[in-house]
Amino acid sequence: MASQDEQDPRISKISSAIRVIPNFPKPGIMFQDITTLLLDTKAFRDTIDLFVERYGGKDISVVAGIEARGFIFGPPIALAIGAKFVPMRKPNKLPGEVISEEYSLEYGTDIMEMHVGAVQAGERALIIDDLIATGGTLCAAIKLLERVGVHVVECACVIELPELKGRERLGDKPLFVLVSST
Amino acid sequence: MSAYRDKDPLIHGIQSKIRVVPNFPKPGIMFQDITTLLLDPKAFKDTVDLFVERYKGKNISVVAGIEARGFIFGPPIALEIGAKFVPLRKPKKLPGKVISEEYVLEYGKDCLEMHVGAVEPGERALVVDDLIATGGTLCAAMQLLERVGAEVVECACVIELPDLKGRERLNGKPLYVLVESR
Repeated sequence: MASQDEQDPRISKISSAIRVIPNFPKPGIMFQDITTLLLDTKAFRDTIDLFVERYGGKDISVVAGIEARGFIFGPPIALAIGAKFVPMRKPNKLPGEVISEEYSLEYGTDIMEMHVGAVQAGERALIIDDLIATGGTLCAAIKLLERVGVHVVECACVIELPELKGRERLGDKPLFVLVSST
Repeated sequence: MSAYRDKDPLIHGIQSKIRVVPNFPKPGIMFQDITTLLLDPKAFKDTVDLFVERYKGKNISVVAGIEARGFIFGPPIALEIGAKFVPLRKPKKLPGKVISEEYVLEYGKDCLEMHVGAVEPGERALVVDDLIATGGTLCAAMQLLERVGAEVVECACVIELPDLKGRERLNGKPLYVLVESR
């Protein structure tokens, strides 16, 4: 399932709470700003509820959230479904032993890290971020989890930018989003 | 003030889940790693519940969380007490109009930013972070909120490093922590 039915009144309120900022961080980019959603207590609550309704009772023991905006949505979902929260971070932020996955950016590469021992082989995981654009970051997160034997059940984002074809980049991994922004 | 007395068994459980990583990010620093707490759904929930119990029904309409680990604890608290969540971020991360507060580090300076319009004058606010060390970041956070006319009711952290005297640096603002680490 790609996204929630437009008739769901919660979705339209969530969508309208998201602010679009032109030319950030560079000219030509229409930035999808979720901070205004976080200021709307009902819409933020509804956002979390929509994910919890989908993932509760599905034997998911891991919610992995991508730094930094995945840290905002991931933990409330994890707490509600009884899963652990695993932060996926930029390099040199996590103390102790980590595994790293390099991924491509438009220009150059970046690295994502996860703690060794945070997850066990066989666990079922969700990956959460505020938005999927090209899918590069989500792919790196999928790889990190799969490298240690975890089954990634689904990637979940508040917003998708379908023109950037991130969904295709995820291959066979399902993607669930609340709002599609063209 | 720290949580103690009848909360002792919960506090002990939370404290036991925090991992100390020596010599991170530099030699001589004993890093208090809360990621292991997040791997224990019960302990993570207890952590959030202790803050929620303290702040629910106190007419707090803003929970400000400091990037990035304040993003993990702040939103679940905000959602439970019916407050908005306001991310306080490093420079150039927030799109649109921001106000900035510079603060002093051990070597050099840093800057914390908040969105213009996120908070109204007269609102009652909490500031949340995973840990208070010297108190520099929390001070900058309080300044941002007070500059726009909000009342900072309390600063709340999971961990305090009392030897670094952060509590004194808060200039009389109350500080509530769950765990002290010497």
